This record gives sequence, C-alpha cells and structure tokens, in this order.
Amino acid sequence: MGRKLLLAHENVPGIDRLDVYRAHGGYASVEKALKSMKPEDVVEEVKKSGLRGRGGAGFPTGLKWSFLAKPEGVPRYLVCNADESEPGTFKDRYLMEKIPHSLIEGMIVSSYALGSNTSYIYIRGEYFYVSRILEKAIQEAYEAGWLGKNILGTDYSLDLYVQVGAGAYICGEETALIESLEGKRGNPRIKPPFPAVAGLWGCPTVVNNVETIAAVAPIINMGGEEYAKIGIGKSTGTKLISASGHINKPGVYEIELGLPVEEFIYSDQYCGGIRNGKKLKAVVAGGSSVPILPADLILKTAKGEPRLMTYESLFDGGFQSGTMLGSGGFIVMDEDTSIVKNLWNFTRFYHHESCGQCSPCREGTGWMEKILHKFLEGTANLSDIDLLWDIQSKIEGKTICPLGDAAAWPVASAIRHFKQEFEEIAKSKKFKDVSHYERLHKPAMA
Amino acid sequence: MGAQIHGTLEFNAEKRKDIRFSEEALKEIEKIKSRYPQGKQKSALIPVLHIAQAENDGWLSPEVMDYVASLLNIQPIEVFEVASFYTMFNLKPVGKCVIEVCRTSSCWLLGAEDIIKYIEKKLGIKEGQTTPDGMFTLKTVECLGSCGTAPVMQVGASYHENLTFEKVDKILDKYRAEGRRRNYTDLDYENTK
Ligand SMILES: Cc1cc2nc3c(=O)[nH]c(=O)nc-3n(C[C@H](O)[C@H](O)[C@H](O)COP(=O)(O)O)c2cc1C
Ligand code: FES
Repeated sequence: MGRKLLLAHENVPGIDRLDVYRAHGGYASVEKALKSMKPEDVVEEVKKSGLRGRGGAGFPTGLKWSFLAKPEGVPRYLVCNADESEPGTFKDRYLMEKIPHSLIEGMIVSSYALGSNTSYIYIRGEYFYVSRILEKAIQEAYEAGWLGKNILGTDYSLDLYVQVGAGAYICGEETALIESLEGKRGNPRIKPPFPAVAGLWGCPTVVNNVETIAAVAPIINMGGEEYAKIGIGKSTGTKLISASGHINKPGVYEIELGLPVEEFIYSDQYCGGIRNGKKLKAVVAGGSSVPILPADLILKTAKGEPRLMTYESLFDGGFQSGTMLGSGGFIVMDEDTSIVKNLWNFTRFYHHESCGQCSPCREGTGWMEKILHKFLEGTANLSDIDLLWDIQSKIEGKTICPLGDAAAWPVASAIRHFKQEFEEIAKSKKFKDVSHYERLHKPAMA
Repeated sequence: MGAQIHGTLEFNAEKRKDIRFSEEALKEIEKIKSRYPQGKQKSALIPVLHIAQAENDGWLSPEVMDYVASLLNIQPIEVFEVASFYTMFNLKPVGKCVIEVCRTSSCWLLGAEDIIKYIEKKLGIKEGQTTPDGMFTLKTVECLGSCGTAPVMQVGASYHENLTFEKVDKILDKYRAEGRRRNYTDLDYENTK
C-alpha cells in the first residue's frame, strides 16, 4: 500500500515550475498520446483503467467520455471542475497549488482525447490565488509549446483558460457550472439534454473533476491495465483523501483504494489517530453530503467485515449501515462532538447554498435548519424528530439537481444512527456544547 | 444568495457618467473577453465583476453594474441577477479588509465559533458589520476548502490558516498598520499557514 501517482513529487522543491516538473517526468503522457496514440486510443486506455470520477459521483470516466456527441463542424469542450466547495474537501486546491502542471498535463491529454481545442478550468472564486498559480503554469506551458498551435509539431492545437467563479457551492454541479461559465446565475439545468450532447454554449461538453483529469496522465504513462491493478474490484487506482476534524494529522493523503478505514484513521502514515487520546465518535467519509456513520459502522460493515476505502465497501449495507466515498472529504469527530449541532451546521450550509429553483430544496432546507436550531435552544419536542425525517424524505429525489439529496442524506443518517442524542435534548430541554477551541488549545482544562 | 437581497437599488445616471476603470483593468477585461468564441462575451461577466469590484472600493454599485453591462454589451439586469447570486460580490460598501471566517463543520470542530467571537470582541463589531473607521468588515462564510488547516479565514486573496487568537491579533494588526484595501484580485497575496 502507498503507491503515489498524483503526489509522488509533492515535496520536490520547485515542482510548481515547468523545468522541475519536466525533470521529474512531467508531460511524458502528452508526448506519448499526441505522437503515438489516436484520440480513441486514449479514451480506450481510460476505459481500461477503470478510473471513476473523483468529483463525488464516481461515474466511470471512460464511459462518460464515450457518450460525447460528435456532430460535424460543432466544437466540443472539456471543462475542468475546480469548484471544490463540498465541505471537508480540499484536495484539488492542494494538487493545483503544489503541482499545477499535473492538471495542465491531464487537461492536454484529455482535451486531445475528446477533440476539444478550447478548454476551461472553472475554479471557485475563493481560490483566486490558485488561479494565479495555474495561469503562471499555463503561461510556461504555452512558452514551451505544450499549449497553443500545433503542439509538438502535430496538427493538434489547444487553448486553455482559467475561469474564476464567485462563491456558490451549487456551481460545482456540472450544469450549474456551465451556466456560471456562460456568465449566468448558477441554476442547474434540467436533464436531458446532458452536457455530453448540449453543454457549454449548447455544444457537446465533458465536465470532469481536477483529480480525475490529473489521473489521466499516469494512466496514459503506465497503461490502463497497469492502473487497474491498483485498488480492489471496481475501485481502481489511487484517490486523494482530504482528512480533517479531530485527528492528529489532518491533510491531503493519496491512498491506494482498498486501504482499510481503520488504518487510515489510526496509522501514523495517515491521520495518526484521534487528537488528545479521545475516542472516535463518528466519521463523514466523503464530504458533507454523504451519510454520517458512527465509529463501529465506519470501521466495520454491519456484517463485521473491516470497512475499506473503496466505493463498494463504504457503500456496503446501503444507506441503512453504509455511506459513500463521495469526494473523499473525510471529516472525523471525537466523542465530545454534538452530532445534532454538526447537523445543524451542515443544514445551514445547504440552506445557504440552495439555488432556490426547486421548492422542496429551497424551503425544506430552511425548515430543517430552523427545527435543528430549536434543538440547540432546548425548545425542540420529540415530534420534531419525526418532522425532520418527514421533510428530508420529501426533498430526496424531488429536485432538479442532487443538492436536495445532499441536504437530505446527512439529516436521515444522523437520525438513523444518533436518534438518542436528539431524544435526550427533546426530553431534557437542555443542549450543552463544548468549546472546541478550548479543548484544542487547553486540553487539560476542557 | 439571490433570495437574501433586500431593499432597493438606487441608480444614479449622473454618477454612472463618472465611472471610469483604470487602463490596466480595461486591458485585462479585453483579454478576458478574448477567451470565448465570437458572440459569447457574456461569459466574461463573473471575472469582469471581480475586476469591477476591485476598481470600486470593494463593492458593486448600481452604476458600476450598469457600466459593466455596457462593456459586455448586455442588459444591466443580466449583471444584477448575477452579482446578487454570488456571495463574493458585495452590493453594499465594505471596509478596506473584508474578513471572511469559515463557519462550516471542520472549522467549527476546531473552534471557529470562538474565533468569530474573538474577532467580534477585538473589533467591537458583529458579523456583517464594518468598523467605524472603515478598515474591517466581518463576514462568516461557508467552507473555504481549507478544512485540514482549520480554523480558517480569508482576507482578499489571502488565506490565513490554523487560526489561534494570537494569530488573529498578528494578522489583523498587520492589516490595520498597512491600512490598504485588499481585493480577491490582488497579485500579492500573503497566505499564512
Ligand atoms: C451540489 C453539487 C456540488 C458539486 N460540487 C462539485 C465540485 O465542487 N467538484 C466536482 O468535481 N464535482 C462536483 N459535483 C459533481 C459534478 O456535478 C460532476 O458530477 C463532476 O464534476 C463530474 O466529474 P467527475 O466525473 O470527474 O467526478 C457536484 C455535484 C453537486 C450536485
Ligand atoms: S470547513 Fe472551514 S475550510 Fe472547510
């Protein structure tokens, strides 16, 4: 365990510069693809690799690429999703800031595969400084002939631009992202048509996550079959995990899919265990949208098997006892954490970020936030738990985009696994929280 | 987001005539417009609004939005509906440094609530308010994509991570001593880890 494909050179000084990146094998996949492969061959390798979208949904990338419509005389676009706004997720920022050329390299090979001659990286506005880092790297790439007209003397040309957003989680949803890139509000589109048929400016478009696109370079270098040997079953390759919360070593880790969750949390190579010797209470394993699991269920499945960091193992048991790998935003909570307050925090987030198009999401997230706030004030009743359940069940699956589901799942899972906590507050009419700051900085006192 | 905009916008046609962006800004805007196919220049709107905001003391007045509409050949309402949707655009005047503290889960788990209270006390303002000297505006925002170095705040283009009360003191004192405006578009960001 522990092979690194994306972050192998993360600690090399100057790896953000083209010369250093090149000296460590950078842009080899562009040479290989443009000089010795047809675009279809690149798509084929990506299919063989088993790579699945790293933005959250885990859809097979090669398959997604093969859906791209190719009408004569109509431009096709590749848009990189660098919106990264799912709470708990910060891996794309890390990768773009540390090794910007790895994304540019992936963008060139992927654009070539899809036949895009103009591609965009849509990055959340808060990452403005990262957009500067990318722009500098893109400039270097143009000057060295990796971008622009007739790359490496072939007839393939590519222009690559960075577009900043302006603060809206919903713009991570791919059709909202396209709307935003067109200079509009981030309102998701009704599908079909899917972007593969009618995306940016009505043209066939593929939207992929930063990490997905960066992974294409090592796949082309090593071959899809070799890549598929890493991991377990349909969870192939490596994945960047953003680890945060009450752990000793928060940060971005590249893991081989299949790593046991227990090892990820407790090994010194990764999270290094729970802070201040506290006990693990719960984990949100894939960004705020995925179901929260209590310690016993994140470490072992309901059948008692060790839970692994794979799409399948994390989902084992469905939503009754499982969760999802999602974006890999791994949030760890210790024994003193109030699940109810964390849920209120998440729900406030979804309420704030709902674009407002669909009533169940726009209104429902607000109602859930208000009801959860009653728990924090100690004025909630037992019936409020049923009400929360009822509202979330009426959001899920009833909206244009999955933000509604993403708002419903945390509520359902918190009630499913931690109902007692809600009941205790509703019965005692008391809510008590700890000061996380004091616990962190004065552990002896807290 | 959009639904949270209140009050009316007062447009002043006389003031609109005085709006002028710097040469650099206009050049940058032309460069941005060239990134899209013919006829799709509206796509430049969000990047251009960032520049406009930086040119106009950190906020978008109705006159500035009107001016932006003229630069992109679109209707003023198309600018307003976008400006009012995205949280990074201010539709009211703000202080020279807008402090944006993350309030979401991972930051909360490591003490963001206390950091927010500490800043409120230090500056003598509440969330959403601006100090009387016009130096600071305090905002809370959702996840900044920096959860592994929580708690976190953003000021202009800069990220300040692993916050403690002492770090907040140092950072804000430095901004106050410098006394200049900080924008998202600044090239001289100074992140602190
Ligand atoms: C509300 C919402 C927010 C999303 N945010 C992101 C995001 O920040 N980054 C991302 O890559 N995908 C995000 N997605 C998923 C995208 O819609 C899309 O599936 C993804 O970019 C596809 O790329 P992939 O196949 O490479 O993962 C989000 C989806 C939803 C519904
Ligand atoms: S939760 Fe604060 S940066 Fe992500």
